[in-house]
Amino acid sequence: MANRNAGFDPEEFTRAARELGARLRESRKLLVIVGLVIVGLAAVWGSYYQIEPDEVGLVTRFGRFVRTTGPGPHGKFPFAIERVQKVPVQRQLKQEFGFRTLRAEVQSSFHKDERTQAESVMLTGDLNVATVEWIVQYKVSDPYKYLFRMRDVEETFRLMSEASMRTVVGDHSVTELLTVGREAIAAKAKELLSNMCTLYDNGISVQQLILQDVDPPEPVRPSFNAVNQAIQERERAINEAWAEYNQEIPRARGLAEQKIQAAEGYAVDRVNRAKGDAQRFVALEEQYRKSPEVTRTRIYLETLAAVLPTAGKKLIFDEKAKGILPMFPLGPGQEVKP
Amino acid sequence: MRLRSLVIGAAIAVLAIVTLSSALYTVAETEQVIITQFGEPIGQAVTQAGLHLKTPFAQEANIFEKRWLEWNGNANQVPTRDKKYIGVETYARWRIADPLLFFQRLRDEGRAQSRLDDIIDGETRNVIASHDLIEVVRTTNRAFEKGEEAEDIMEAESMREIELGRNKITRLILEHVQHVVPDYGIELVDIQIQRVNYIESVQAKVFDRMISERKRIADRHRSEGQGKSAEVRGKKERELKVIESEAYRKTQESMGKADAEAATIYAQAYNRNPELYRFLKTMETYHSTIDKDSWLVLSTSADAFRYLQAQNAVAGAKAAPAKR
Repeated sequence: MANRNAGFDPEEFTRAARELGARLRESRKLLVIVGLVIVGLAAVWGSYYQIEPDEVGLVTRFGRFVRTTGPGPHGKFPFAIERVQKVPVQRQLKQEFGFRTLRAEVQSSFHKDERTQAESVMLTGDLNVATVEWIVQYKVSDPYKYLFRMRDVEETFRLMSEASMRTVVGDHSVTELLTVGREAIAAKAKELLSNMCTLYDNGISVQQLILQDVDPPEPVRPSFNAVNQAIQERERAINEAWAEYNQEIPRARGLAEQKIQAAEGYAVDRVNRAKGDAQRFVALEEQYRKSPEVTRTRIYLETLAAVLPTAGKKLIFDEKAKGILPMFPLGPGQEVKP
Repeated sequence: MRLRSLVIGAAIAVLAIVTLSSALYTVAETEQVIITQFGEPIGQAVTQAGLHLKTPFAQEANIFEKRWLEWNGNANQVPTRDKKYIGVETYARWRIADPLLFFQRLRDEGRAQSRLDDIIDGETRNVIASHDLIEVVRTTNRAFEKGEEAEDIMEAESMREIELGRNKITRLILEHVQHVVPDYGIELVDIQIQRVNYIESVQAKVFDRMISERKRIADRHRSEGQGKSAEVRGKKERELKVIESEAYRKTQESMGKADAEAATIYAQAYNRNPELYRFLKTMETYHSTIDKDSWLVLSTSADAFRYLQAQNAVAGAKAAPAKR
């Protein structure tokens, strides 16, 4: 109801004001109605809020926390009297270190730059350098503390995560970090981070801490691969030696067994033959004892009968015909040995 | 006059609204307020959230954070006691514990941040510079698991026992800082070393060292492989010799035993009549010595041919086989 047409003449001023007043009186009802409708709509709109299934709403009245509301439609005092802040308590939240997921799809794409690189480079306990990438999954366990205890909870949580990961990695050798120690390191870092959350009382509960790529720094990577190669080489050399061993030893065992068996065969053969020969001799000797002369002569003559025909040349002469030198025609190339 | 009363009413309403809005102020859950009267602080801080009253116009509500606040340090290049240049990044969390004092000394957060920069960076430098790098990196003296590599690969320096370790060093910084900041109405809740890295020129040298270390490990594996395979081959050679010689011993043993047994058997039998044995054996030799290339020169005085002579020829002459 301000008056902008202020003039020097008071009469003019009053007349103008009266005119304005009359016009206003005419439209006042309409103005009031429109104003009330607008205010009413704003009040209704400002009184209603909805909480999604995975959230809770924290209501503050003139800045003071008054109540927590669960999922569903709710009412509150409109305008600045009551405000609601929504916190996703059921949702599992995630922070990534050393990389950022650009799009999570079947084939997710990742992004790395200098900033994420700085997150992942750290010193190991043996004063080597490694790049460690990991993720932390967490939930808001206490929305009141989450909202009101700490400014920029999420960023602080990132720093806490980095500090605890570096603390744990700083107590392991680079070899442990790259091979056997992975699980222990993740578990230890998670424990440390949880303890820190308790200490900071920030209303966050750590669900999981998972190590992603853990690598030696880029310039050193080939020599780490060379170590793996050397390990393979070592295994191969040893395996080859054992293969040779396994090829030759059983064969040698078999051959040895064969020789032993053959010797045993020889032994049996030898003894049996001896026994046979002996029995034959004994049997003959028994008969011989009964008539030695005849048997002896018989054997002698039988032998001669068998042997004489086989001899190539035979010469029979009388002892009494002395002086006659027996003459033998020697064949060519044949010599007489004395 | 209708109009005058309307104007006056409007003026009063405006005045009332202005006065009320100056007399009322809200304090959020995250805030605390110091009331000042013409710039001079009045009473204690208001920490209770909600709607509050103050004297309008004369008094002013100065709002401060009640929550834990951030302080993130920049990367400081600091030499450690053992002359390693490293970049150290720390972060701290603090809160305005005494808003009145804070208001008097620092006035606002910006100034607080720069004061914290000075104090914490300075303390961090002091503490880091008076300790070896290993003390900042490690927390405990736990022994590393020796996977594939042996202990002599480890750098002697990195295997040194630590005296304090990372946690105690951060606590040391924290304690030093906690000593100073209460003067500013600040409470320091925690300090953590967020990152420790070699500065770039040192890093290159560290990489070189890592490469040579890995080379040593690789060489070791290779020679270990050669050694182990030679060992296996040696074992193989030895076992071959054992197997062969044992087989030889066993064959000789059983053959010898058999020979001995046979000799006993022969001796037993032939001793019954050695003369007969000699005779029979001689006969046997004839069979084996005389063949178609042999010449037999026989005398008629031999037994076999004595009947070629006169009936009364002397008996007992022997056959004399001659082999050419």
